[in-house]
Amino acid sequence: MSKFKVVHYINQFFAGIGGEEKADIKPELREGVVGPGMALQGALGEDVEIVATIICGDSYFNENLEEAQKEVLAMVEKHNPDLFIAGPAFNAGRYGTACGTIAKAVQNNLGIKSVTAMYIENPGVDMYRKDLFIVETGNSAAAMRKAVPAIAKLALKLINNETIGGPSEEGYIERGVRVNYFADKIGAERAVDMLVKKLKGEEFKTEYPMPVFDNVEPGKAIVDLSKAKIALVTSGGIVPKGNPDKIESSSASKYGKYDIDGVMDLTEATYETAHGGYDPVYANEDSDRVLPVDVLRDLEKEGAIGELHRYFYTTTGNGTSVKNSRAFADEFAQELLADGVDAVILTST
Amino acid sequence: MRLELGEILISDVQFGDVCKVENGILYVSKEEISALVLEDEHIKSVEIDLAKPGEEVRITPVKDVIQPRVKVEGKGGIFPGVISEVETVGEGRTHVLQGAAVVTCGKIVGFQEGIIDMTGPGAEYTPFSKLNNVVMVIEPVEGLKQHDYERAARMAGLKTAAFLGELARDLTPDKIDVYETKPLFEQANEYPDLPKVGYVYMLQTQGLLHDTYVYGVDAKKIVPTVLYPTEIMDGAILSGNCVSACDKNTTYHHLNNPIIKSLYAQHGKEINFMGVIITNENVYLADKHRSSNWTAKFTKYLGLDGAIVSQEGFGNPDTDLIMNCKKIEAEGVKTVIVTDEYAGRDGSSQSLADADPAANAVVTGGNANQLIVLPPMKKVIGMLDYTDKIAGGFAGSLRPDGSIEAEIQVITGATNELGFNKLTAQTF
Repeated sequence: MSKFKVVHYINQFFAGIGGEEKADIKPELREGVVGPGMALQGALGEDVEIVATIICGDSYFNENLEEAQKEVLAMVEKHNPDLFIAGPAFNAGRYGTACGTIAKAVQNNLGIKSVTAMYIENPGVDMYRKDLFIVETGNSAAAMRKAVPAIAKLALKLINNETIGGPSEEGYIERGVRVNYFADKIGAERAVDMLVKKLKGEEFKTEYPMPVFDNVEPGKAIVDLSKAKIALVTSGGIVPKGNPDKIESSSASKYGKYDIDGVMDLTEATYETAHGGYDPVYANEDSDRVLPVDVLRDLEKEGAIGELHRYFYTTTGNGTSVKNSRAFADEFAQELLADGVDAVILTST
Repeated sequence: MRLELGEILISDVQFGDVCKVENGILYVSKEEISALVLEDEHIKSVEIDLAKPGEEVRITPVKDVIQPRVKVEGKGGIFPGVISEVETVGEGRTHVLQGAAVVTCGKIVGFQEGIIDMTGPGAEYTPFSKLNNVVMVIEPVEGLKQHDYERAARMAGLKTAAFLGELARDLTPDKIDVYETKPLFEQANEYPDLPKVGYVYMLQTQGLLHDTYVYGVDAKKIVPTVLYPTEIMDGAILSGNCVSACDKNTTYHHLNNPIIKSLYAQHGKEINFMGVIITNENVYLADKHRSSNWTAKFTKYLGLDGAIVSQEGFGNPDTDLIMNCKKIEAEGVKTVIVTDEYAGRDGSSQSLADADPAANAVVTGGNANQLIVLPPMKKVIGMLDYTDKIAGGFAGSLRPDGSIEAEIQVITGATNELGFNKLTAQTF
């Protein structure tokens, strides 16, 4: 059996080329191991070979992001490894962001699994923890002896396609991904146990640490509504009859954009709801109840508003993740701006 | 109130000429059950089938699951205000056909019914795969609107469960558990040194087929109130809703509320379990404010030191959950909340629609968006044609070979928020 191949990325300092004064060196590909790669090779064992090491100056990488990524990706691609390892970067900020950036690019652009390693306060952690396995290390190169076996352990699991366990078990920094598992006790017993501990003032561990929420600042009021272009957007699932884009009834992975040029009224024959979270009878009878096209046409005729935008955007809010919702809005908000829409009426159910 | 709950253990279910229980086997007469169900003019037909643990059977679209029970001593009857007259229940003795259930099916909304697999990976996620199920697929008469269909299916299930429960009246239970909660001052004095704990029980009342009934009253129309825990074991609270299958509380869940059982298990040991505060999850903001104000008021009024708050459903009710938690904590009463998560299929989104730092003790029933592949089953009770549209399904969910790829959201009871299951989630 041929050995699994690994390509290793390090900076100029760990390659022994020099410190800050050499941070502008361009990417360089060397066969075999360099610097910390030696210890890493030892920890990875005989079935895995570090076939090449890429060395790049931290300043060069961060100041020429696109170019540097392109160059490094080409070098990685040449060897087509089973795994890409960047770092460890410890608490070196620019090295950490370089490791994170390139490891993510290798993973996403080349489809090659990647792992990196840094100190928890390295700025690269917050930038890439969601995208990557980042092995937690001490804050300086003095922690190399501990970092190497930790990286090797996770690297071997990734190479062998083994199931990766939780962060504390595997030694990586929490990625913020929720993963289901079966506990030893049912939820009700866990709840009573937790309450008893809380009442006694003992330490307890919540199963879901509360996130910090964004606050959206309300837009400025429209000065003259009679000149405003108004768009309708809904999470109530109103779609042309037959749901042409098959928007899901719950946990939507997409939104629809539909032309209502000349449409004065949404009727039972032409529109319906795809939403799975409420009794659809009334929305199907008259979809204006959720997406008030008829009323806005009246207001348009009366001159109360300038005009109704010719497209409406729609999805089902039912169980749809905040992440998906944000991605939908990021996309169509740009279109609304480009189309000169002054205000949006957002209806929910 | 003191209630003896006598369990008659049911190890098998079979068809028979008459409905009866013998040697732990429940015999079901199709004719008797059909006649009972077809009394309702809204129902065109009912198909009765059986599903046992381990069988290669898929039941869908599941509306409700109900445990057969009968009141043998004490005031009132089972499912008061709906099947029996509206008498206050929770005292005396009740018999239970433990291990059996009535499962009602029908394409009521199409989006909001669930799947129960009796074997395979899906069976791990639903407690109902472990029961001997009497399944009823109920077809409405032509032109019946969904809410009328829902009511007809609900009543058919309750009537059948009460009818089968009646078979247990004169049987000798295999096991008897006793649950007792005393009047407030007496209960407080019984264990003066233990922390006084209550249970805030949120009921799904978003309306339009998202309803729960308390002694026959639509819980949308109640203000929060206090119940003895044993009242719930006699069917004071019934499911009438069609929400996502994974986290709706079926009538079976209400009857067997595990938070109530777990609180009783520690009653007199670690805590003094004082009672249950029921509240709703209405969609109007004023209702949310009023109800959460009142639950907080009651926790204080009852002199509680701690409370468990459980949710039903997700999204909109997340706001009720957080309001309850925040206001109860503000009264100086410590809380643990029980919920589930919608963190996206990759688990990387935030899990709830609302949050507050006061909610520092959370128990979760898991991420409902997790994908699962349910292999084809030899037999399907019900129908599959709606599978792509079910909440948690998507275009292509139903594959040509009969397997289903969908979120665990489609599985009845998978991420239950009464803490019925072992499923939970952690951050990776």
